Amino acid sequence: MAAIEVEGLAKSYGDVVAVDSVDITIEAGEVFALLGPNGAGKTTAVEILEGHRFADDGRISVLGFDPSTGGRAYRERIGIVLQEGGVERELSVREALSIYGGMYPRRLDADHLIDLVGLTEKADARIKTLSGGQQRRLELALGLVGDPDLLFLDEPTTGFDPSARRQAWGILENLTALGKTILLTTHYMDEAQHLADRIAVIDRGKIVAEGTPETLGGRADGKSVIRFALPQGVGPEEVPVSAITINGDLVEVSADSATRALHELTTWALGRGLELERLQVTRPSLEDVYLELTGEH
Amino acid sequence: MSTDLLRRPSLASLVWQQFRYQNRVFWRTPIAAFFTIVFPLMLLVLFTAIFGNEEIEGLGITTAQYFTPGLAVFAAVSATYTNLAIGTAIARDNGILKRIRGTPIPPWAYIAGRVASSVYLAFLAMALMMGAGVVFYGVQIIARTLPAALLTFVVGVSCFAALGMLVAAISPNGDAAPAITNATLLPVAFISNIFFPIENPPRWMEIAGNFFPLKAFAEAFRDAFDPTLTGSQFHWPQIGYLLLWGVVAGLLAARFFRWEPSAGSTSRRRRRDESKPVPA
Repeated sequence: MAAIEVEGLAKSYGDVVAVDSVDITIEAGEVFALLGPNGAGKTTAVEILEGHRFADDGRISVLGFDPSTGGRAYRERIGIVLQEGGVERELSVREALSIYGGMYPRRLDADHLIDLVGLTEKADARIKTLSGGQQRRLELALGLVGDPDLLFLDEPTTGFDPSARRQAWGILENLTALGKTILLTTHYMDEAQHLADRIAVIDRGKIVAEGTPETLGGRADGKSVIRFALPQGVGPEEVPVSAITINGDLVEVSADSATRALHELTTWALGRGLELERLQVTRPSLEDVYLELTGEH
Repeated sequence: MSTDLLRRPSLASLVWQQFRYQNRVFWRTPIAAFFTIVFPLMLLVLFTAIFGNEEIEGLGITTAQYFTPGLAVFAAVSATYTNLAIGTAIARDNGILKRIRGTPIPPWAYIAGRVASSVYLAFLAMALMMGAGVVFYGVQIIARTLPAALLTFVVGVSCFAALGMLVAAISPNGDAAPAITNATLLPVAFISNIFFPIENPPRWMEIAGNFFPLKAFAEAFRDAFDPTLTGSQFHWPQIGYLLLWGVVAGLLAARFFRWEPSAGSTSRRRRRDESKPVPA
């Protein structure tokens, strides 16, 4: 059974449409990223699934529950890492995990969690003395303390510097090894690419593309681009393949078959005794696809 | 990773757990502990020093015998009304209430734990005040009127706990809550004869004093410690008036209570932090 099944999810605030007829299916054990720019409707969609907000329309089943009526039994099986969640600053890390863990019938051992998120040295420190990144890691541990079947992660690394983000990713990769279903929202493409099995791109409340990091937005069938510097004394018209564009001092060849085009080019260059400086073959990056999909050129 | 398989925790244990950790948070917040426990005791020391612990003319009881029960009520109201209002509004600002809503604890169990903690602290503050009065200032405790004192106290702190939750419910953010509690409690304490008995107050002051529930609470509680009075000292009109205020405040609080921070106040501290990268 799918962990999350959503059909026709819609939510408006007054005249502003936040989520517009969204369909999502997430299988158990899958890491699914909802990727989109700020204000795209990610948080609204996820907060509806968490039971924090009510949808205007749509059929929603999460772990077999309707989140708006699932109540205690539903919340015992999910973990939530909020974008702006807080925790009592006067408690220690261990106390907070013990108190929140005490609300669940199943719970993960506090010391194991503290190790998992790398707060071993801060276990007995007051939460108010933690750095921002440490507090986010504690929130991750709090999301896991009830040993959830499904974990919601709302922008888990927003505001992190690059090394803190790498560290957080390492922790999240450990989680996927536990077999948890994870719904992650992020506006960082590299984060979605790094962590997710599947990605849906959301923009202005609509899902505009869905797929694996490799296939998203037709990336697998997209044309390859061959680039090289035009050799001195050679005119663009002499290049033996069609569909070329000149970009600065680089020639760009957009090719359906990179192998054939490359063969033609190198045969031509060897025959003329030319060196193709700065030769490279690229596929459209996820970033290219994302920017195209969300219109952020 | 090990998973402890346990039964679903009982509701009573969830409330008990919240009660215990709200108490812990209270004692680790020195400013709250100071204003609730220490500050009213300082007022007792000051008042008896200023007025002298002589018999008050016209009342037939000593300064301490008059002030101690009133200040016990004031301390109890700080523990319930002020603490609940500020603590709950700040917990909402910090996203704690929103987190709680995402956990299995039933919302009422969380609120019950908070309220129970404040009521317990009110009893503690009252007991310390009366104890200090007895030990240092010769205040008399009258066994005959103790049942009335206890009932009045239970109803009174419940009423002010409900009012505290109402202030938490209507405060737009955690900064507004202390402003509201201070701007209401201090003036009302003055016109409710908490700090000193006002002789022949202006008519409007008397009406206002009688309208707010603090005077009913203080008078009913104080009379249970007045050795010149006879009878069991159950002040049923005052107790009924406190119940009425409490029920109305509780219903309004439930009606307007919010678990999410309001848009403007959403963790302003964190917003500011987001402009710069967070170190690991």
